[in-house]
Amino acid sequence: MSEMMANRRDFLRVGSGLLVGLFIPESSRLAAQGRGGNGAVNPNAYIHIGADDSVTFLITKAEMGQGTVTSLSQLLAEELDCDWTKVKTEFAPVNPALYGNQGVYGSASIRTTWAPLRQAGAAARAMLLDAAAQKWGVEKAGLRTENGFVVNPASNARLSYGSLAEGAAKFPIPTGVPLKDPKQFRIIGKSVKRLDTRDKVNGKAQFGLDARLPGMVYAVVARCPVFGGTVAGFDATKAKAVPGVKNVVQIPQGVAVIGENTWAAMQGRKALEVRFDEGPVASVNSEGIRKMFAEYATQPGAVAKKTGDAEAALATAAKKLEAVYEAPYQSHSPMEPMNCTAVVYPDRCEIWASTQMQSGGRSTAAQITGLKPDQVKLNTLYLGGGFGRRSGTDFLSEAVEVAKAMPGTPVKLTWSREDDMQHDLYRPASYVKFAGGVDAEGWPVALTAKVACPSFFGGRPGTVDSTAVEGIHTLEYSIPNIYVDWRRADPGIPTTFWRAVGYTQNTFFAEAFVDELAHAGGKDPVELRRKLLRNSPRLRAVLDKAAEASNWGKPAAGRHQGVAVVNNVGSFTAMVAEVSVTAGKLKVHRVVCAVDCGHIVNPGIIRQQIESGIVYGLSASLKGAITIDRGRVQQGNFNSYDVLRIDEMPRVDVHIVETDNNPGGIGEASVPPLAPAIANAIFAATGKRLRSLPIRPADLA
Amino acid sequence: MAITFTLNGGRQTVDVNPQTPLLWVLRDTLGLTGTKFGCGMALCGACTVHLNGSAVRACITPISSVAGKTVTSIEGLSADTTHPVQQAWMEEDVPQCGYCQSGQLMAAASLLAKTSRPTDADIDEAMRGNICRCGTYTQIRSAIHRAAAIKAGAKA
Ligand code: FES
Ligand code: FES
Repeated sequence: MSEMMANRRDFLRVGSGLLVGLFIPESSRLAAQGRGGNGAVNPNAYIHIGADDSVTFLITKAEMGQGTVTSLSQLLAEELDCDWTKVKTEFAPVNPALYGNQGVYGSASIRTTWAPLRQAGAAARAMLLDAAAQKWGVEKAGLRTENGFVVNPASNARLSYGSLAEGAAKFPIPTGVPLKDPKQFRIIGKSVKRLDTRDKVNGKAQFGLDARLPGMVYAVVARCPVFGGTVAGFDATKAKAVPGVKNVVQIPQGVAVIGENTWAAMQGRKALEVRFDEGPVASVNSEGIRKMFAEYATQPGAVAKKTGDAEAALATAAKKLEAVYEAPYQSHSPMEPMNCTAVVYPDRCEIWASTQMQSGGRSTAAQITGLKPDQVKLNTLYLGGGFGRRSGTDFLSEAVEVAKAMPGTPVKLTWSREDDMQHDLYRPASYVKFAGGVDAEGWPVALTAKVACPSFFGGRPGTVDSTAVEGIHTLEYSIPNIYVDWRRADPGIPTTFWRAVGYTQNTFFAEAFVDELAHAGGKDPVELRRKLLRNSPRLRAVLDKAAEASNWGKPAAGRHQGVAVVNNVGSFTAMVAEVSVTAGKLKVHRVVCAVDCGHIVNPGIIRQQIESGIVYGLSASLKGAITIDRGRVQQGNFNSYDVLRIDEMPRVDVHIVETDNNPGGIGEASVPPLAPAIANAIFAATGKRLRSLPIRPADLA
Repeated sequence: MAITFTLNGGRQTVDVNPQTPLLWVLRDTLGLTGTKFGCGMALCGACTVHLNGSAVRACITPISSVAGKTVTSIEGLSADTTHPVQQAWMEEDVPQCGYCQSGQLMAAASLLAKTSRPTDADIDEAMRGNICRCGTYTQIRSAIHRAAAIKAGAKA
């Protein structure tokens, strides 16, 4: 089956039933006019208009709470000029020919769709105008659109988009249709309500774990608790004797127990006798990892940044400071544990998944089954949180392996919370040794940072994995002498992207150490940052906004403030935390955040995402950490890895500083500055510098 | 073993291992997937349903203990998404990923059934067992106050 046929089938699937009079493309036309062909964005790939005037947008980006279903629809609807109240959405099929690589990471959804989706909307609108002009026998130029209608002002005639859709589909896809001036936006920039809220309050929304198929069986996998370990042998007798257990099969990742429901499979797994070869990681523990990092941080590393001569400047600095900062492994722990449903036939495979890597998931399944990618259909369901965890395809691979062992039977594979926490791909632990110097006036003249941590994104030896040092080597401060290097230290614990990636630990390190430099030089932390940000107007503007909105320098009685800034994912963020420490007990009262993410699509969603990142940051700063003993993760569930609860939620004030720049990312913008803002506020309150996360009550006593 | 109980207003009989938690009976046996699995140990609240009108964690409630009782899951909270907490949740646009929200709504509905005008402290107490990794706590708090107002208005 060719890619082209797959395209057509996908469209017909979308089109069957309710929708008629769609933009159903001829497959030949698609091939000629798909994305990249003549440069036009093909509106058929994104917009379907029904004869009943319904408008269905195909959402190419997975929805994990970051609001893509709504904000991508806003981009399309703005230029299409349709009736927002009639908009429905579906997740688009995986189709590289039409959509390129489909995945959600790097807070890039709006950044990568800002132009093409508006162009698609504009092209579809132009085609509807063509159809109306032809029908009325008038010039297209005299017509306008209005909320889902084409209107002829000369005659007051009106035709709905639904009545024009079929005719419009016959016109060639135009190129270079002018886009609206942002001043005319009526949907972009508005806090329209999320389109998926109703289904998320009545139980109808289908998450990955909610996939159901006739004849489906339920699987769990027994894995070696030590990373990299393998199955040495197993005896399935006792597992098979558990009521409801249907099958036990070995897969490369472990031994799968299959039951008539999830519970039966879990009980079967408890009864399963399995022996593992634990492998070399079995001797790894957190203390050893820390020693390794500490040793590596004294050795020469790959140079990430070198400006001026930091060594020489440190030698002549009026005051010199040294400090070591550390952060632990962190689990993602989205509320929906990893899971995937798959069925494998000799000539095709179908998958239902909550994944951040739709394209990657499809190719992984093709590799495992030996099928061609276009014989694999991946259905995207809602993600019960992602945070980077679902950029891995490990759980999808397991489901496809089990399904491959039981051809024709749909298999739902579920990870327990313990599986999820103990077989995560973690946020790397990290360690940095700083030195800094200030001149006689108290201004920083030199900064050196030697980073030691694992790499999951690194290239060749000797090169720098930017995710290991981002947040330090990207600092926008005008400090004349800077040196940053990195030594890869890999203890064998799997790691991956974690909301805001390297910035999550490095912004804590750097922004807390810069605070130390401010105090060493007798400078107010905001004043120091303002001066050092003289060449970074966007960052300075949000700093000013956050300082003003938080009444910087004048906290309420008994409270203390800390500040931090970051520029990541194309956005600029400043944060002021207000805390009190009473009898060794920390309370975070308020977090003020100012963000410049350029043009804004949905201020309501931006506020929610900023707040969401703050909560995520608070959990990582004040709550759980992942620790290793004998190559195993010591935490297993929310009793040993706690997260922020409603009673600890501070007041959050978000200030959006809108600028005329291309949109920046938002999902990861507010995580990095949270930890340093808190640590700096704790210093203000207690005079204690906390240089290791998470902050424990014992650290405050 | 056949176990009979009332589910969302209808009589329901299931024939499963009596140890099976209500959560998996709802989700796997009966196909009511609105009730979510988050931890399996009563630590996160994602599986919250009402048993004889009170919020319970379905993940640790054996189906045998449900015999003869009344269970309400998110699907039965209202016929048409009009329960005050659902209305308030929509007005406040609470959900982000949405996965924890069935449990949050069921916990909030149970709180409001007992305490018609909950204080912030009441909300902390009733809701601290429900984790939201997306951090919708501020919106949840506002929505509970709003739901209380909607309920009071409806009565007036
Ligand atoms: S799944 Fe029941 S409380 Fe978490
Ligand atoms: S909305 Fe995502 S976990 Fe609560």
